[in-house]
Amino acid sequence: MQIYLPIAEVSVNAFLLLGLGGMVGILSGMFGVGGGFLMTPLLFFIGIPPAVAVATEANQIVASSFSGVLAHFRRRTVDLKMGTILLTGGLIGAALGVVLFNYLKSLGQVDLLVKLCYVVFLGVIGGLMFIESLNAIRKSRKPGGAPPKRRQRGWIHAMPLKMRFRTSGLYISVIPPMVVGLLVGVLSAIMGVGGGFIMVPAMIYLLGMPTKVVVGTSLFQIIFVTAFTTMLHATTNYTVDVVLAVLLLVGGVIGAQIGTVIGGKMKAEQLRILLAGLVLAVCGKLALDLLLMPSELYSLGAAGGH
Amino acid sequence: MRVLTYLALLAALIVPVATQATEEQVVLGLSRDRVAITANFDGSDILIFGAIKRETPIPDGDPLQVIVAVSGPSAPVLVRRKEKKLGIWVNADSVLVDSAPSFYAVATSSPFHEAISDTEDLRHKISITRAIRSVGADMNIQNAQEFAEAVVRIRANDALYSIRENTVAVDEQTLFRTEIDMPANLTEGNYSARIFLTRGGKVVSTYETTIDVQKVGLERFLFNLSREQPIVYGLMSLAIAIAAGWGASAAFRALRGT
Repeated sequence: MQIYLPIAEVSVNAFLLLGLGGMVGILSGMFGVGGGFLMTPLLFFIGIPPAVAVATEANQIVASSFSGVLAHFRRRTVDLKMGTILLTGGLIGAALGVVLFNYLKSLGQVDLLVKLCYVVFLGVIGGLMFIESLNAIRKSRKPGGAPPKRRQRGWIHAMPLKMRFRTSGLYISVIPPMVVGLLVGVLSAIMGVGGGFIMVPAMIYLLGMPTKVVVGTSLFQIIFVTAFTTMLHATTNYTVDVVLAVLLLVGGVIGAQIGTVIGGKMKAEQLRILLAGLVLAVCGKLALDLLLMPSELYSLGAAGGH
Repeated sequence: MRVLTYLALLAALIVPVATQATEEQVVLGLSRDRVAITANFDGSDILIFGAIKRETPIPDGDPLQVIVAVSGPSAPVLVRRKEKKLGIWVNADSVLVDSAPSFYAVATSSPFHEAISDTEDLRHKISITRAIRSVGADMNIQNAQEFAEAVVRIRANDALYSIRENTVAVDEQTLFRTEIDMPANLTEGNYSARIFLTRGGKVVSTYETTIDVQKVGLERFLFNLSREQPIVYGLMSLAIAIAAGWGASAAFRALRGT
């Protein structure tokens, strides 16, 4: 069934969009990532104009994250206190990121920068997670070995302004989460994603939060960052396509519910290694696009646009 | 009296000359003169048909050929070319093509170059490459012509540009008809339909009309809202997202509860 999208001005198959939304929704519920880093390239691939894809994707992430976070609320795996602090940093970072983005746009080559950002961040994060989770799985297989304690007492614990985060079982300074939120906010504004794939590992490895809490908390803050981005795109670029968003999110919200159930039944290490594999796969695809000669050297853009 | 007869003579001389120039005229019919883009729009076929009106017998010599050109609204297009720099492919040179139609279809009653001569094509800008206007590219860009060709190639791949030779049926040099199918990825605007009658490669008559392509209903409403009330539109999008997220969560819980 073909549907004409009023803002994107293209006609696409409705079931294809529902399917894509569902697939990405499952991943979103399982890993606590918005799925934007996966969905946005997929939308380019089926012929949605990039500007519309990025803006609409933000709107769709709001829906799937909201659906996912409700499930996590019921399981009490959302650290509201931590989420709020991350969010504060995130919104400041997003505002800074938009300024930076517009500056780079005036220089040209912003597309290239976005792609390089993707390759570097996805590569580093995916690689680190992959190695770490492999080690964790190997250790847990050793018979009789006590479960490893990952919590080190380093420079993060020496900072002032300490706060107790009961849900996460942490007593740390508010500065590290604030900085993490800020950096993720900047990156998510530049890369046009919710930032879950950066946020989740940062929470696990930098802040030492338990994996189960990380997913819900990440979803919680993603809702607000992407809602902010949606409004920004809707009012400045007019590129949010609500029909496209509805089709994606119908599939997405259902997928997120299924994903949350699957995620709850899996071991943390397995969950992490799967996410790492996924991140590395997307990174590899983007890197190949940059390295191999494209089949069409030319691209068309509206005059005056970037 | 004499003056009058002179005038009458003059008139008798002039009138046939005046009709000579437009001796063959197009009387056109369109299966539709507006295309409504609805939510389930997946392209549209437009039947363009007509007759040739003439006061004199069919002229001898070259047979009559008909060319139909349908063109979407034109806009400037920025064309970029990728180049390998430091091992990766990046956008390097760019050329602004001043005016390229969003849609362009040419249907002819014979092979294109038999239907019309090159000079006539140049004058009336009928073939696709002539319909695109590209004024001087930067002098230090190599092969600037390739940028205009790239526009044609990319849009032809999207079924937006096409040349359909031998698709206009002409009966008895008097009736003609053709079908132009427009793809689903149309943009809005006034599309022009031009009909050229040619003999021996020379244009003997032209006719032009417009086809109105517009979004209607929900499509129209959403598009207008997003432009005129962007804040309302944005909030509406967010409200839908939140409602859908909550709805799915509640529905799923109800399903598992039973």
